[in-house]
Amino acid sequence: MKTGIGIFFATVFALGASWCGLVLAPTLQLGGAKLETVLNSTDTYPVQRTGDATLGLQIYRANGCAACHTEQVRQDGVACEVSLTGLGNNPPDGFKKFLQSIETLPEWQDHSKELSAAFATWDGTLPKVVIAWTDKDSADKMADLLKAAGCKSESRIYAFGPDIARDWGVRHSVAADFLYDNPVQLGSLRAGPDLANVGVRMGDANIQLQHLYAPQAGAKNSTMPAFRYLFEVKKIGDAPSPDAVKLPKEFAPAADYEVVPKPEARQLVAYLLSLRANVPLYEAPFTPVISAKP
Amino acid sequence: MNLNENKISTDAEINASLRVSLLALFGGAAVWLVVGLALSIAASLTFHLPNMFADCSCLTYGHAAPAANDALLYGFCIPAGLGVILWIFARLGQTPLALSIVPVVAANLWHLGVFIGLVGILFGQTSGHTWLEFSRASSVLLFAAFILIAVTAAATFGARRNRELQPTHWFLFAALLWFPWIYSTANLLLAPNQPVRGVAQPIIGWWFANNLVFVWLALVGIGTAFYLLPKIAARPLATTGYALFAFLTLIFFGAWCGIPAGAPVPAWLPTFSRIAGALLIVPLIALVIVVGKTVCGAKVSCNGGPFCFTKFGMVCFILSGLMYVAEVCPRHTRFLEFTWFAPAQVQLQLLGFFAMVVFGAIYELLPGVMNQPLPFPKFAKAHFFVSIFGVALFVIPLAIAGVEQGIKLHNPDIALADANQSALMFLRISTTGQLFLLFGALLFAVNIFVMTIQWKIALLKAAFAAITAPLPVSEVKA
Repeated sequence: MKTGIGIFFATVFALGASWCGLVLAPTLQLGGAKLETVLNSTDTYPVQRTGDATLGLQIYRANGCAACHTEQVRQDGVACEVSLTGLGNNPPDGFKKFLQSIETLPEWQDHSKELSAAFATWDGTLPKVVIAWTDKDSADKMADLLKAAGCKSESRIYAFGPDIARDWGVRHSVAADFLYDNPVQLGSLRAGPDLANVGVRMGDANIQLQHLYAPQAGAKNSTMPAFRYLFEVKKIGDAPSPDAVKLPKEFAPAADYEVVPKPEARQLVAYLLSLRANVPLYEAPFTPVISAKP
Repeated sequence: MNLNENKISTDAEINASLRVSLLALFGGAAVWLVVGLALSIAASLTFHLPNMFADCSCLTYGHAAPAANDALLYGFCIPAGLGVILWIFARLGQTPLALSIVPVVAANLWHLGVFIGLVGILFGQTSGHTWLEFSRASSVLLFAAFILIAVTAAATFGARRNRELQPTHWFLFAALLWFPWIYSTANLLLAPNQPVRGVAQPIIGWWFANNLVFVWLALVGIGTAFYLLPKIAARPLATTGYALFAFLTLIFFGAWCGIPAGAPVPAWLPTFSRIAGALLIVPLIALVIVVGKTVCGAKVSCNGGPFCFTKFGMVCFILSGLMYVAEVCPRHTRFLEFTWFAPAQVQLQLLGFFAMVVFGAIYELLPGVMNQPLPFPKFAKAHFFVSIFGVALFVIPLAIAGVEQGIKLHNPDIALADANQSALMFLRISTTGQLFLLFGALLFAVNIFVMTIQWKIALLKAAFAAITAPLPVSEVKA
């Protein structure tokens, strides 16, 4: 080979193909992404952040928080669950017998063990999970059967996986979660917990501030560095500042001093509280649990 | 194959034309290597004393870790690699460096760009995209400097007297095309007032990071090794055919990797990346064959010389490639994702593979280019052994920490803090590895700077002699 022309074309073709595939195509596919509609609702998602939270995203960026924290929850899959909420006119024993009659049917063979185990010691308390870890078809069939028998039931779709079990989220992260982020900082290392849903998990601003000022106040063996430079330790004036962070004794400053968050800390916390990826979407369905708490 | 240049006058010319450019590139690179390793030690101090930098924003983990990575990649790897490319193009083409003043300007622009970028990161001026943290001002400088050096390399390549292309040429030529393309794409599309929104941003970021850290470094490192190994072993590269095959498969498959398996993006993207990642095995096997056949049976006493550096670097590349493949393997990816395993692979790629090959090339070329032996040849030898220890102590514990952390993260019954606590011991061991690496980098820097100073003193003496000599200037020169 005397000229590099072949090498030139091979290189341009190889890189050009990957450029088309991994730069151009995703930009075309995702560039026009619009707000999504929340499942079974008319609300749109995501919600635009408040001014403080938008500024807080830049504090998150400037401090390199994404070096240790991800904002992407993974799930292994979704499953359905049917629970019994009302027996209608059936007595509990009658319901048990009804279930035993179902178990023998060929289409419920796979669930027969599960069903008999679940109802072996049942004393009639409601709601009671009838089948779980099943697909949508079986769940619908079971719901139909229960309806035909005169019982009331509720079906639920839920995502599962280690991240969900850790309470880091209720579903996996999807492209729509990041529509208002600029820059988008997904992170690649979990030296700390995932933050995709931290606004729901730790919804109290004071706990967040306390965690930034003294991470070891929350969890003794936390490896998170303290971000004291985002706070001011001030002598208390005529009256204590209403913004002062409430700290446990061993982390609190001297008696007549208080820890007041700088605007950066407040913005960062506003951003963290705005991280709430907890609505069901078409590509990430689940049935929200209506919390009993007010 | 005409690797043993025998035209002595041309040799001297070539070396003289390269001298200033290479010193400018390597001198700055040596400084950034030391700075980068020092920053990465500062970052890992977080795992010894988490609250050490609580009152000093500049050196917290989130500032120091990206700064360290960028200092190593942009500060050391790329300029050092560019210097080696210029040297190889001049040597293989048997022509003096064309436009020899241009790389000197470019080197200074580059190092200025790295300086601005690093200071920016430490003070919070970061773009938030991994490997693209440098601010706008510094990216423009880096891009301009790269183009200048690429033009010089192309001009030198065009002026070559030995027309035949070597496998080395393919790799290095591709690398010169690769960087401007990916760097301009990423910087234009991920500008602060980005035209690209949502998760398209991280997709472009991953594409760029993979193409720079895996493909670009591989192209330059392998190209350099394909020049050095046959040159030192005094035998031709075993089977050009395999080398061509490795080259083509590397650029075709390598360019598609990088999108993590479970990323919140349309599913076809990670799928493509995963397939390409699995196919990376093919160029890796081809490389093992080429390097193995070239090196095995060569009668070269190694003993910490450039040959050792290059061989060790290639072994590290194969290992780093295998780690890269393991990361995309469906069975492992769920455990390895988001753990210390990926940083371990990146550090192996940067410090185990690329840096070692480039050290080998620099130790090989410096005495010739400077026309004087290394001031401390023992330091070079020590550098090799210290580096082996350093790389092993840095990367292996990090990879083990990653696997352990991955298994523990996968089990929701183990609290996150406990999972991280168990990785701490390994992270602390890896700090020792970093100390070894820093010591090696200092040995390297001492050699380069003492050599530069000696050369400058010699220049001054010559100038002084020229001034003080009673003869006319023209005769002194003659």
